[in-house]
Amino acid sequence: MTAYPGRTVTPPRRRAVGHRTAAGMLHALGLPVLLLVLWGLVATRTTSRFFPDPVTIADAFVDTWIGPAFVEDVLPSLARLGLGVAASIVLGVAAGTVIGLTPWLRELLEPLLEFLRAVPPPVLIPVMMILLGITDTMKVVVIVSGAVWPILLNTIEGVRGIDSVLTQTARSFRVTWWERLWFLVLPAASPRIMAGVRQALSVALILMVISEMFASSAGLGYRIAYFQRNYLIAEMWSGILLLGGVGVLLAVVFGLVERRVLRWYHGIREVNRA
Amino acid sequence: MPDRGTLLRVEQLRKVYESPTGDVEAIGDLSFTMDAGELVCIVGPSGCGKTTLLKCLAGLLRPTGGVVEMHGTPVTGPSPAMAVVFQEYGRSLYPWLTVRGNVELPLRHKKLSRAQRDTLVTDALDAVGLAHAARSHPWQLSGGMQQRVAIARAVAYQPEVLIMDEPFAAVDAQTRADLEDLVRELHARRGISVLFVTHDIDESVYLGQRVLVLSHAPTRVREDVAVDLPAERDQITTRALPRFTELRTHVYGEIQRAKRGHNVAPRPAP
Repeated sequence: MTAYPGRTVTPPRRRAVGHRTAAGMLHALGLPVLLLVLWGLVATRTTSRFFPDPVTIADAFVDTWIGPAFVEDVLPSLARLGLGVAASIVLGVAAGTVIGLTPWLRELLEPLLEFLRAVPPPVLIPVMMILLGITDTMKVVVIVSGAVWPILLNTIEGVRGIDSVLTQTARSFRVTWWERLWFLVLPAASPRIMAGVRQALSVALILMVISEMFASSAGLGYRIAYFQRNYLIAEMWSGILLLGGVGVLLAVVFGLVERRVLRWYHGIREVNRA
Repeated sequence: MPDRGTLLRVEQLRKVYESPTGDVEAIGDLSFTMDAGELVCIVGPSGCGKTTLLKCLAGLLRPTGGVVEMHGTPVTGPSPAMAVVFQEYGRSLYPWLTVRGNVELPLRHKKLSRAQRDTLVTDALDAVGLAHAARSHPWQLSGGMQQRVAIARAVAYQPEVLIMDEPFAAVDAQTRADLEDLVRELHARRGISVLFVTHDIDESVYLGQRVLVLSHAPTRVREDVAVDLPAERDQITTRALPRFTELRTHVYGEIQRAKRGHNVAPRPAP
């Protein structure tokens, strides 16, 4: 057998990781640090009690959140968020795959789905409160009712947009239904699915907070609203800071997962750019 | 080579695409047979419905009329005895799977042990000279190598007939020559029957034992040319043979006439 000389195109090697991380940190943190310093300078000169200086807020942060509040308010909130996001992904991907693969169903449901998506999810909170009471279930349902749409609609689009040649290849080799789902449909739709999840995460975080601001007695959203009503301004700001931190953490975790799941997708784009 | 009986029989095949703006008759009335172990090329003017024909043969499209038979049994859907190599290799390989994963995928539903499956995959990758690239992803490979992966996938499936749809239309001339020799070698060594659709006249004569020349749409078989070149072929010497030139000139003339629309009765080969 002749050995065919082959050339394997690999994406260009990355620069030294340590160097890159350091540079990245500088870029990411430089501006926030500068703004903090500015804020501190302004806060010392102003008499408004609504803008405490960063040190006061940092103190409030430690006093408020590190301790029992973390277990009583933060963890339950995060658990509801995680549950809501997980349920949204499972529901959105499952329903989106079925709808995307069934043309008549898609045509039937698309106008309805667009309408449901356009309804701002917070208006569902009073309805859900009547239906489900002020419970954890209600809060999770509220999160899902908002976060599921971007995942569902993106999955439908992703599944619908699968290249016909890929499908015909699977058909010609008599690949079974389950194999087609696992090795063709879901991976082919995964770039769109991940785009949907990214949107869903920010929607879910917003709904987590809002669902706790209405008649509730615990949770991050409840705490922030409570501090605000009781003029605990530094504490209120520290809660907002914590929420921002949660948002950033979510984005980082999502980024790591996405890099793994869509390695092939980014690889192709890198090769095409080169 | 196994038995030389009839492998594929196509009888009065007809395919009409229905559309609101009027029906389009892609294939008029097409008949031919192919024996087991043969390497048959199909050429025709562009837009003559070669791909339609091939999809009907592979069971991917339902013909409007006529029959396609494998070993005397009508083909009504994709058959385990056929493997298709598509023209668009970039769109027919799964980018999220490795080369190995791509070749392995069609074998998953076959009742094979893990070891048997591994052997088939390794053997197929070896046969196309890609053993070293098994762990790469298709998009990391050049076009010619990607088409080799598609060929390996088809070979590992162990079909009786390999159906190839203009597989080398998108690769450069040197790669194409290598791939042509690969197809001839797989045919000779493994006894796989090959049905090779192409628009390239030289390629059809160089590769085939027979060349079916198609008419323009609605398509019929215009002529069935037996290629009486020696079985051992070689890019340089075979293509320099006077007989090669005669055959390609003849096929070329037929296609020119087909393009102009002379759907006359088939003429004898020179």
